[in-house]
Amino acid sequence: MAITLSGDQSIASPPLSSRLTPAQVWGIVLLAPYFLVFLAFVVYPVCYGLWLARHPASYVALYNDPIFARAAVNTLIFLVIGINIKMLIALFLSGFFAQQRTWIKWLSVIFILPWAVPSIPTILSVRFMLNPEWGMVNHFIFSLTGDDGPNWLNDPTVALTMAIGVHIWKSLPFWTLILITGRLAISHDLFEAAEVDGASWWQKFRYITWPSMQTLYVTCTLLSMIWTLGDFNSVYLLTGGGPADLTHVLSTLGIRYLRLDQLSLAMASIVCAMPFVLPLVYFMMKRLSR
Amino acid sequence: MKLPTLREVATEAKLLLIGIPVFIWTMVPIYHMFLFAISPKEDAFSGKLWPDHPTLHNFSIVFNQQHYFLRDFYIQFWNSVVIAASVGALTLFIATAAAFSISRLKVPGGRVVMNLALFTYFIPAAFLAVPMYRTMGNYGLLNNHWSLILAMVTIASPYAIWVLKQASDKLPVELDEAAVMDGATTLQIFRLVYLPLMMPSLVAIGTYAVLLAWNEYLYAFLLLSNDKEITLPVALGNFLAADDSPWELLMTTGFIYALPPAAIYYAFRRYMVGGLTAGAVKS
Repeated sequence: MAITLSGDQSIASPPLSSRLTPAQVWGIVLLAPYFLVFLAFVVYPVCYGLWLARHPASYVALYNDPIFARAAVNTLIFLVIGINIKMLIALFLSGFFAQQRTWIKWLSVIFILPWAVPSIPTILSVRFMLNPEWGMVNHFIFSLTGDDGPNWLNDPTVALTMAIGVHIWKSLPFWTLILITGRLAISHDLFEAAEVDGASWWQKFRYITWPSMQTLYVTCTLLSMIWTLGDFNSVYLLTGGGPADLTHVLSTLGIRYLRLDQLSLAMASIVCAMPFVLPLVYFMMKRLSR
Repeated sequence: MKLPTLREVATEAKLLLIGIPVFIWTMVPIYHMFLFAISPKEDAFSGKLWPDHPTLHNFSIVFNQQHYFLRDFYIQFWNSVVIAASVGALTLFIATAAAFSISRLKVPGGRVVMNLALFTYFIPAAFLAVPMYRTMGNYGLLNNHWSLILAMVTIASPYAIWVLKQASDKLPVELDEAAVMDGATTLQIFRLVYLPLMMPSLVAIGTYAVLLAWNEYLYAFLLLSNDKEITLPVALGNFLAADDSPWELLMTTGFIYALPPAAIYYAFRRYMVGGLTAGAVKS
């Protein structure tokens, strides 16, 4: 009986090892560590988070919380205005850094510093520079005009602008670097031919540079938008979400709700962002996994 | 010797007109941090561009731990080192194994795992912070270095796997085939053929993971809270808890904290720029 049983089983599913080549067995073994990390620290937290966000009451509470609406608007401003300004500057500077000059080479080495140093001390440095009484910026304004400078971080609009500025300061070098690589990949013959034909600076950009860089530029812009959604430091360390919680973005809002012990709201606010995030992610995955 | 033409001078002037603002914009926050580090408190708060009495006194306070906020400076520095090194090593191990498995061994389901990893890469890490915090609580790892190490490995590996997979796809298949013909086992191919050829990408990814972990603030302050367990960035954030924060000491500590990653970045810049920008955006 026992023999028949084991025989039946082996027909239904032959032992795993006999169906796989040794290479495939190794493949599974080597893939296992990441897979386990993925299960324990991505799948479990995501499912747990969704489970916490299951109550419709949380969404009603979010809808009634003016700070959530404000954070959503701030996030949108951050992404739509901030990122586009940043990418336009990066596009412009990539042209500047593509120039062959020794001093520009050296400048590009310095230019990468904001990206190379950790953001915490530099953001705090900016925070003190903007201090209304002792900060360098207002000292400078006073010595120029004799007037007191504005209280930078006390006005929500100015404070959010400053946070966007800090974000641009930090990540501009990275995107400029990527766009430089794109620019250097364009064949030099095209520019020489255009030079012979007497093309203007704008015509060279319009008909040579832009057509060959637009895919890269759009990809970078979308990627930067997705990452900026998770930019916690620029806002949290500069303004702390203040004044009066008016400069929160979605990434700092979750921490605010966590502090207030409203865990389900924290998760619900992130779930609310998903309809905007997932299409972007889907689009990027399509682009990158070709 | 040929004098530059008017046109050349004009071009150079235009370039300088861009270059100088770029230089100032880049350097101001960093210079401000340095200025505070070498200034006595009175000079720092007076808004001068160079202190009247530049001093290294702030550094001596930090290195001798002579302030309430700095009493665990060495332990916290060491915590940052241990966590960054562990994240670098673990990420390299996990990502190299996975990339080899997916790209060279063509393991069944490898493509699915790759896409799942890529998907994780695009979800902003800050969105995962709150559930990760609760998850670590459920696993009983809060206030334990392992919580931060594992969280950072989770965040670093998807990109690491992706970059390494791109790089290993470029290695010719004939190499593996030749090694198999010579009777090499899979592990021998991994160790003797694959790893040496992948060195530049491995350096880039190792650096990436170490810097990511060293610079992390959000996860570090969520997952670690005990003064003897926290990393330097969390300690820097804690300075702000006081109303009259010693900003000159905060900036000095921040300056010391910023030096190692900057040094690592510039040391491995060659690898970073090639390995990471090629991977970051494939057009």
